[in-house]
Amino acid sequence: MDYIIAFLVGGAICAIGQLIIDTTKCSNAHLLVGMVCLGAILSGIGIYEPFQEFAGAGALVPVLGFGSSITKGMLSEIERLGWEGLFTGAFEITGLGLAASIVFSSIIALLRKPQK
Amino acid sequence: MSNRLGSQTLTFSRRPRVLSSYTLVGPIEGKGPHALDFDEILPDDVLGQKTPEKTERLMLEMAVEKTLRHRNTKSEEVHFILAGDLLNQITSSSFAASTYTIPFLGIYGACSTFAQGIGLGAALLQGDFAEKVLIGTASHYQTAERQFRYPIELNVQHISSNHHTVTGAGAALLGFGDEGPQISYATFGHIVDMGLKDAHDMGSAMAPAAYSTIKMHLQDTGRSLEDYDMILTGDLGKQGRKMLRLLLEKDGLKGLERLQDGGSQIYSEGQKAGAGGSGAACIAVMALGYGLNMLKSAKAERILIVATGALLSALTVLQGETIPCVAHAIAFEA
Amino acid sequence: MKPKDYQKLVKDNSPPRPLLKNTLWAFFVGGLISSLGQVVLNIASKTENTKAEAASVTLAVMILIGAILTGLGIYDEIAEKGGAGAAVPITGFSNTVTSAAMEFRREGFLLGMGAKMFVIAGPVIVFGILSGFIVSLAKALILGLF
Repeated sequence: MDYIIAFLVGGAICAIGQLIIDTTKCSNAHLLVGMVCLGAILSGIGIYEPFQEFAGAGALVPVLGFGSSITKGMLSEIERLGWEGLFTGAFEITGLGLAASIVFSSIIALLRKPQK
Repeated sequence: MSNRLGSQTLTFSRRPRVLSSYTLVGPIEGKGPHALDFDEILPDDVLGQKTPEKTERLMLEMAVEKTLRHRNTKSEEVHFILAGDLLNQITSSSFAASTYTIPFLGIYGACSTFAQGIGLGAALLQGDFAEKVLIGTASHYQTAERQFRYPIELNVQHISSNHHTVTGAGAALLGFGDEGPQISYATFGHIVDMGLKDAHDMGSAMAPAAYSTIKMHLQDTGRSLEDYDMILTGDLGKQGRKMLRLLLEKDGLKGLERLQDGGSQIYSEGQKAGAGGSGAACIAVMALGYGLNMLKSAKAERILIVATGALLSALTVLQGETIPCVAHAIAFEA
Repeated sequence: MKPKDYQKLVKDNSPPRPLLKNTLWAFFVGGLISSLGQVVLNIASKTENTKAEAASVTLAVMILIGAILTGLGIYDEIAEKGGAGAAVPITGFSNTVTSAAMEFRREGFLLGMGAKMFVIAGPVIVFGILSGFIVSLAKALILGLF
C-alpha cells in the first residue's frame, strides 16, 4: 500500500511541476528552487511532517522533501543548541546526501565521460 | 563603387568559383537523409581526442587539408584563410589555421559564418586582392551544448523548437578557373532584432533576418524567387521555416515552393532532433554538399544560399537581452 | 512588420506543447522513482534508529542511484521522456551535480570539476538554506525557543 501512495503522491508532485514548466516561462532551475523553498516553508509551519508521515517516500524523494529536511534539521538543532542550530542544522539531515553527492559525482566524473 | 548593386548586394563580374570543397559530418548527421551528399561521415564524434574542442579543431583541419589536396593546391598558393566557429574567441578556427602560414581572418556570424566567409572571400577575389581564398567553418554538438546550454548528461527535456548543433566541418577553396560553381552575388544582411528572447526558439528569431535579406537580394538584383531553382536557407529549423513562409506569403511572393531549409532537412523525422540542425557547420555542409551537388549534377542552374545566424551569447540570455539575428545570401550559378 | 506584430505572429504560430503527454509521463516517471525511494525507505527504517536517520540514508541512496544512472548516460534519456518527473526527485538533483562534474572535468579537477560541480544544483542548496533559515528563525522567535 505504501508503495502505491508513494507512487501517486510523488507522481502528482512531478506532474504539477511539469504543468508549471509547460504552461509558464519557468525553467527547471526556477521550478526546483521554488519547490525547495516551498518544502522548507511547509515544514516550518508544520504541514510537511504529517504529509510525509502519510506519503512516505512520495513526499521525501521530490525536492520538496530536501527543503523540508533543511528546516527540520534546523528546528531540531535549535532545540538542542539554541541559536547555533540555525546554522548547524542546515546539513543535519541533508548533509549525508550532499556529501554523498560530492563523493559519488567525483568518482563518476573520474570514470566516465559525457556521451551522446 | 561599380561592384555594388542596390543597397546591400555585391556583384562579382569576375565570377569567382568554388574550385574544390570538402564536407565531413558526425555519425548522427551521417544517418540523416542527406548522408550521400557529404564527402565523409566520421565513425564517431571523438576522433580519439581528449576534448570535444580538440575534435572540432581536428575536423576543421581535416576539411581544409582535404579541400587543398583535392586540387593539389599548395598552401602557399592560398592568399587568405577565412574561418569561424561558434566557440568563444573562435578558438577552433585559430588553432586549425595555425598549422598553415596563410594570412588568417577569423570571422563570426554564428550559424551564418559560412556565407559571410564565402561573400568576403569572393570580394577579395573580385578586388584582385587574392588569387585563391580558403573558407572553413566547424561546429560540434558537445562544444556548443556546453557553451550555450547545459552539460550533456543533464536532465533536460528538449522541446520541439530546440535545435541540435551539427557536428561537422566544411571548407571551400575559392578562386578562378574553368570549372566549379560560380559566385555571382552576395547580399550581406543587417541585424534584425524582433525583440524575441526565447533561446529555445531561435528559428522564429532568425526568420525575419532571412526575410529581410531575401527581400533585399531580390530588390537589389531585380531577380525573383523563381529565378532560382532552390533557395536554401540556413538553419531556421521547422519553426523558423514556417515563420519565413508566413512572412513571404504576406508579401504575395511567388515561388515559395523553391524554399528549402538546411537545418530542417539535415536530420530525419525519426532522429528526434527537435526543430532541426544548427551550428556553423550546418549550412556549410548543406550548401557545399547538397546545394553544390545539385549544381554539379545539373539538377539546378542557379541556387541562393541564405545562411542565418542568431548572435546571442550565454551571458546575454541570462541578462534577459533579445536575440539579434543576421542573414547573408550568396547566389551560386552552375 | 513591427516587432510587436511579429511577436504576436510567433505566439500564434508556435506549436503547443504536448501537455497531456508530458504530464502523464512526468507523473509516471516521478511516481516510479518515488516508489523506488519507498523501497529504500522501508529498508532504511529497519536498519536505522530514528526517522530522520532513515530519511537521511534514503536520500543518500537515491543520490547514489541518480549519480550512477547519470554516469551510464541513462538519466538524460529518462528526462527526455519524463521531464519534471526526472528533474524534481532527488535523483534529478544528483544528476545535476554529476553531469556538471563530468562535463567540466576537462578543464581540470580543481578549477573545472571542483569549481563547477554545483553550477546547476547550487541555487537549490542556497535558496533551500535561505528559506529554511528564515522560516526556522521566525518559528523560533514566535515560539520563544532561544
